[in-house]
Amino acid sequence: MTIPDTSVASDSLPDINLMPARSLVLWRRFRRNRAALLGLVLFVIVVLMAALADVVTPGDPLRNAGPPLTAPLVLAANPLGTDQLGRDIMAGIFHGARISLIIGVVATLISIAIGVVIGAVAGYFGGKVDGALMRVTEAFQTIPSFVLLLTLVAIFGSSIQNIVIAIGIVSWTAPARMVRAEFMSLRKREFVDAARNLGVSDVAIIFREILPNALPPVIVFASVVMATSILMESALAFLGLGDPNYASWGNMIGQGRSVLRTAWFCSVIPGVAILLTVLSFSLMGEGLNDALNPRQKK
Amino acid sequence: MTGDRKTILDIRGLEIVLPSGADRPRALWDFNLTVGEGEIVCLVGESGSGKSLAANAVMRLLPEPHVRVSQGTIGLDGQDLLSLSETEMRAIRGNRMAMIFQEPMTALNPQKTVGWQIDEVLKLHTKLSKAERKARALEILGDVHIPDPASTYNAYPHQISGGQRQRVMIAMALVLKPQLIIADEPTTALDVTTQKQILKLIKDLQQAHGTGILFITHDFGVVAEIADRIAVLRLGELVEQGPAKQILLNPQHPYTRKLIAAVPALTPPPEKPMSNEPVVLEAKDLRKTFAARGGFLSGKRKPVMAVKDLSFQLRRGETLGVVGESGSGKTTVSRIVTRLLESDSGEVRVDGRDLLSASRAELRGLRKDIQMVFQDPMASLNPRRRVVELIAQGPIVQGVAKDIAHARARELLSLVELPPMAAERYPHEFSGGQRQRIGIARALAMEPRVIVADEPVSALDVSVQAQVLKLLADLRDRLHLSLLFVTHDLRVAAQLCDKVIVMSKGEIVEAGPTARVFANPEHPYTRSLLDSIPGRDWEPPVRSVA
Amino acid sequence: MSLPVPPLLTYTVRRVVQAIPIIILIMVGSFLLIKLAPGDTVDALVGDMGGADPAFVARLRAEYGLDESVMVQLWRYMLKLAQFDFGWSYVYEQPVITVLMSRLGNTMLLMVSSLMVAFTFGVTLGAIAAKRAYSWTDNMISTLGLVFYAMPSFFLSLLLILIFSVKLGWLPVGGIRTIGAFKTGWADVADVARHLVMPTAALSLIYLAFYMRLMRTSVLEVMDLDFVRTARAKGAGGARLMFHHVMRNALLPVVTLLGLQFSTVLGGSVIIETIFSLPGIGQLAYTSVVKRDLNTLMGIIAISSIIVVIVNVVTDLVYAWLDPRIELK
Repeated sequence: MTIPDTSVASDSLPDINLMPARSLVLWRRFRRNRAALLGLVLFVIVVLMAALADVVTPGDPLRNAGPPLTAPLVLAANPLGTDQLGRDIMAGIFHGARISLIIGVVATLISIAIGVVIGAVAGYFGGKVDGALMRVTEAFQTIPSFVLLLTLVAIFGSSIQNIVIAIGIVSWTAPARMVRAEFMSLRKREFVDAARNLGVSDVAIIFREILPNALPPVIVFASVVMATSILMESALAFLGLGDPNYASWGNMIGQGRSVLRTAWFCSVIPGVAILLTVLSFSLMGEGLNDALNPRQKK
Repeated sequence: MTGDRKTILDIRGLEIVLPSGADRPRALWDFNLTVGEGEIVCLVGESGSGKSLAANAVMRLLPEPHVRVSQGTIGLDGQDLLSLSETEMRAIRGNRMAMIFQEPMTALNPQKTVGWQIDEVLKLHTKLSKAERKARALEILGDVHIPDPASTYNAYPHQISGGQRQRVMIAMALVLKPQLIIADEPTTALDVTTQKQILKLIKDLQQAHGTGILFITHDFGVVAEIADRIAVLRLGELVEQGPAKQILLNPQHPYTRKLIAAVPALTPPPEKPMSNEPVVLEAKDLRKTFAARGGFLSGKRKPVMAVKDLSFQLRRGETLGVVGESGSGKTTVSRIVTRLLESDSGEVRVDGRDLLSASRAELRGLRKDIQMVFQDPMASLNPRRRVVELIAQGPIVQGVAKDIAHARARELLSLVELPPMAAERYPHEFSGGQRQRIGIARALAMEPRVIVADEPVSALDVSVQAQVLKLLADLRDRLHLSLLFVTHDLRVAAQLCDKVIVMSKGEIVEAGPTARVFANPEHPYTRSLLDSIPGRDWEPPVRSVA
Repeated sequence: MSLPVPPLLTYTVRRVVQAIPIIILIMVGSFLLIKLAPGDTVDALVGDMGGADPAFVARLRAEYGLDESVMVQLWRYMLKLAQFDFGWSYVYEQPVITVLMSRLGNTMLLMVSSLMVAFTFGVTLGAIAAKRAYSWTDNMISTLGLVFYAMPSFFLSLLLILIFSVKLGWLPVGGIRTIGAFKTGWADVADVARHLVMPTAALSLIYLAFYMRLMRTSVLEVMDLDFVRTARAKGAGGARLMFHHVMRNALLPVVTLLGLQFSTVLGGSVIIETIFSLPGIGQLAYTSVVKRDLNTLMGIIAISSIIVVIVNVVTDLVYAWLDPRIELK
């Protein structure tokens, strides 16, 4: 049963003051979801850590800052302990938050941008254009993305810029497919025909008519891309293939592996940091999705 | 209750509550209805009346706990259904009472064969052996006039036609000879000719088995065909009920009178003398084939000829109806003449200028003269634009300054009888009828010569439908517009169109002034279409002033 | 067509033929990509030997065909590829194909076990969560899913090792067999299985969470469809409704995702195999990158692409089997 249409009764319109703006409605729905709020809080904490890294833990996070392998809560100078080279774990966590966020945001922007353009063109024009673009997409999807990522990093080097670009390049296929599917269903909707019937150009139809309607699910999906980007960077760093000049959570876990038996905290603390950061993106994405599609939930 | 019939279904004081946030707290209240043995009771109402919820409440299939029965009793042959456990209810569903749904396309499980799905009913409620069950299933498929029961038994739902799927649904409902069948708009999704056959089938089988039927519908034509008794529901309130004749010929409640008045008359406008107005739209030898997709190593399918050598003329101030059933090619015609779809060959001349051979740049200018009103009032308006932007978009694309276009858009709102404050709203804030008015304003903003309307009222309730049709007719006369009106509904065509072309399988089978075609159909297909109009023999006692 | 060919066969053949251009595209792309790398095989070889005189280097280049233009090299490479000749791995001193084949089995074992675990548990838990939507059980399952999903596989691997190997001593830290035990028959199978428990758990958990969440959404959607209402109106309910009407339909998107994601799962084996010292393709990819064994890396890209294509064809067939509306033409 659908929501009853009251078209018979009401030829009058509801009061405009009672109709809140779209974004406000979304925020209200989002706010009602406790898990999503938790995600938001976690996210804000990570952002604050990244922003305040130089204030709370000033100086190079990779320098020797205390006796090696100090356990957490022992020394006031190293509240989360130190690793085998005497590097402060708390400094690593705070500075690592920066790298994770930068990688997450920039790589996501790159992959979503590529995905939107390719998906939109393929989905709107269809036919041969679609066929050719989908072959390329399939090719990218067929190579295991982590193997491609390793190859790209091996070839172009593991500076942070290269890693960000490489992650963007290996993760655009899913957004592209998604945008394509949205475009294929939206281009059949009558409002697109209506715009064509008014003489609106193809470019304007793609970007001004269809794209705004196709974006909400893509924005939700961006949270997934963000999460996987962070996971990919940390996996690279874990394998020792990250940028050695920056503190990275993955790298900390990788280094902690050799002292796992004696000093578990060296890997567990950054591990929990990744876990919570990725969790915050998932929770927010989920909450956003529920807010955008209220019918799925009670 | 008429005479000595045994009461099968007895609903008393039923109240259904809706979740908070719905447009009203209760979907239905103080609802009393009985269905006797061998009786067809039609429950009539527009969308939002609560008629489907009433039906689902009887089956105990409401989406609980959001929507639930809060008061009342539902008796099936003396047994109170509302006090039964879910397990006890399962034993009754499909066995003592059954349901037929609106969409034969989606109501059958796509992954199971027809035979399996009928067999399931027998498996659930009887102890018959496998062979006996199959024999019974084949027998009932024969009873509902499925041409080849044995092969249909093994077919998947997508392999048979819509009408046949609905027959399968009926077979499934009837296979255990239930006392009560609830039919929820069972013919709404079907073409008229199929609808006629299905209605006849339901009536025949019901008479043969003495089944009581609760028939939910919005269509008074269908009611006139089939009802023994009628109950009229309006926004959860039962406004009137009584014997069919009484309600159809002498409705008492103002709402019933309004609904009946909104049913378009089957008497077309009188034939006008030969018009010597100029021809504004001319189509010549249009042809469109949909190539089946195929390619390297993939299976080849036969191309489908959607439109075959189609020609027509439309003069100024005239309305030409394009009528036909689904698959007749009528929608393809509307998309070719507006060049939303490229035709294979032929010409479309708007004021003498060929639209189909126009270049991209020329096309933009030509589009101004031929505008379209679409079928789905929700899908045809971009949900992310305000109404004023939607209406002004066309003129702006054509080069009109933004503030002038917006001012003009606001004027148009009053022309289509919408309040000025509608301009700043988004489409989702409007009802279906209001959205269709916005669509009309958008077309008018271009000051076109011709408006192509593709089923513009088929998604609307009858009373709203009447208002929109009246608006279209008024505007046509005031602005000297020409209308190409595509519809499946012959009543609507009769009301609005000066001339009609009847299409079947991509071809025109008959063309002429509406009055003449309706009075003396020459082609057998036209005749069968006209014969299939539900409630054809019923002369509504009240008329709207359209 | 005059010969009666079973549609399943023609469909499979057609899908495989369609995949060939994609494989070619991948190989051409990765060949050109690797040509962009600073330094070639000869540089790596010479570097390994600690330097050599220029004449020798030039001779080596000519021997490897590296003095030709890129296009000629590409053409030669593709020709060899067509005969499954991936060149020579100077790190392993063996033809690349031999190295690959010796490790393929272990990776496939890990893939099959991980996907089976992820699919079975994911689908079951997802269906249970949907059946009891918004209940305590559902909240538990859904929360767990989110945590699994956010858990980096390498971190999970370390935690598993810390708990089950270091602290409890129940499971071996790595490898595919106990070194020097030379078990045979069922004892060998049990040994391999014991070695695979942690890698499988670490690799499958994230996908388990994926399938679970998708299955939950999918079941909830299918439960709202008309034909489920029809089934209920017929008197079907409980397990019958769930298995015959809901689950089978709800599986369709999960199968699609399984096919789409397989390459990601294969990529995930790089980390897992490296951590657990499993001699498979993934570990090989890591060492090839570290040791710049580009021939082997190309071979890995080729072989994993072929595996992905095969798996995709299989998932398409499963999809068509689940959904009779898909006609195998």
